[in-house]
Amino acid sequence: MDGSLNLVGYGLAAIGPAIAVGMIFAAYINGVARQPESRGMLQPIAFLGFALAEALALFGLVLAFIL
Amino acid sequence: MSPHVLAAAHSEGFEAPTPADFWQPLVGDGAFALTRPMVLMALSVVLIAAFFLVVSRRLSLVPSRLQFATEGLYNIVRNSVAIDLIGSRDFRPFLPLLLTQFSLILVNNVFGIIPVIQFPTFSRIGFAVAVTLITYVVYHAIGFRKKGFGGYLGSLVPSGVPGWIAPFIWLLEAFTFFVTRPLTLALRLFANMFAGHMLLLVFILGGEYMLLHGSNPFIQVASIGSFAMGIVMTFFELLVQFLQAYVFVLLTALYIAGNLADEH
Repeated sequence: MDGSLNLVGYGLAAIGPAIAVGMIFAAYINGVARQPESRGMLQPIAFLGFALAEALALFGLVLAFIL
Repeated sequence: MSPHVLAAAHSEGFEAPTPADFWQPLVGDGAFALTRPMVLMALSVVLIAAFFLVVSRRLSLVPSRLQFATEGLYNIVRNSVAIDLIGSRDFRPFLPLLLTQFSLILVNNVFGIIPVIQFPTFSRIGFAVAVTLITYVVYHAIGFRKKGFGGYLGSLVPSGVPGWIAPFIWLLEAFTFFVTRPLTLALRLFANMFAGHMLLLVFILGGEYMLLHGSNPFIQVASIGSFAMGIVMTFFELLVQFLQAYVFVLLTALYIAGNLADEH
């Protein structure tokens, strides 16, 4: 079995965004559980935060294949 | 399959799918080849246009089942994206753009798990870049038209920033507006589709290899687990595909709203 060490590096790098995405949705669920009416307001914010945190994982994925 | 081929497959071992598997020319080769995603993109445009034409031709006050489902889809874009983010005063001109992007991305993403078609168009980055380019031009055009050339570039710095730090903030903000935003928008769509499809390839090709080329019955039985994971991941992909279409229009609306707003 052969492969690139890049992918191991990417696996390590993905830990950060993974924790971040988990925390974002945890906060979103908490917020909605405490105040169900705030759902409409929190949803775009949660997805925006998710998208921003995910962007870092995506940069890593692309770099893992390019470098 | 002849014994010779089987023996050859045995000695080679399992070949994991590579990014090269996504390059699938149908006619010709090189830069001007007609590829599978190009055909799928054309197919999706025809399908979406035909679908909306058929549904909107027979509109009634008491909606049919199809009309109800279509209105649900339309309301996701109209209410929870356009009105919530752009505001009920200005959202109307941007609704066609947002709905087009949403339906185009959704249909092309779902192509990834429809049997026979089974190729997400946006797993080739060129398509993601093309869709992003439209968003990019639109939100900058709005900014330039609303605030003027210098006014728009000046408005990148939020008001209330101390004078000495403003140039640095401006550099950071300009980099965000002109480089990071389009880059992440295109990469997010591309990378999600690419990685998701690769995941399906790994599980299903791995299961196929264990079942047909496994050296003992235990490995062949274990292929059931691999296929089961493939099926679970297919449904997970459906969720991701919908989510990516939603996130794409959400961010497009957010960027438009940011440049429409009166103060930064």
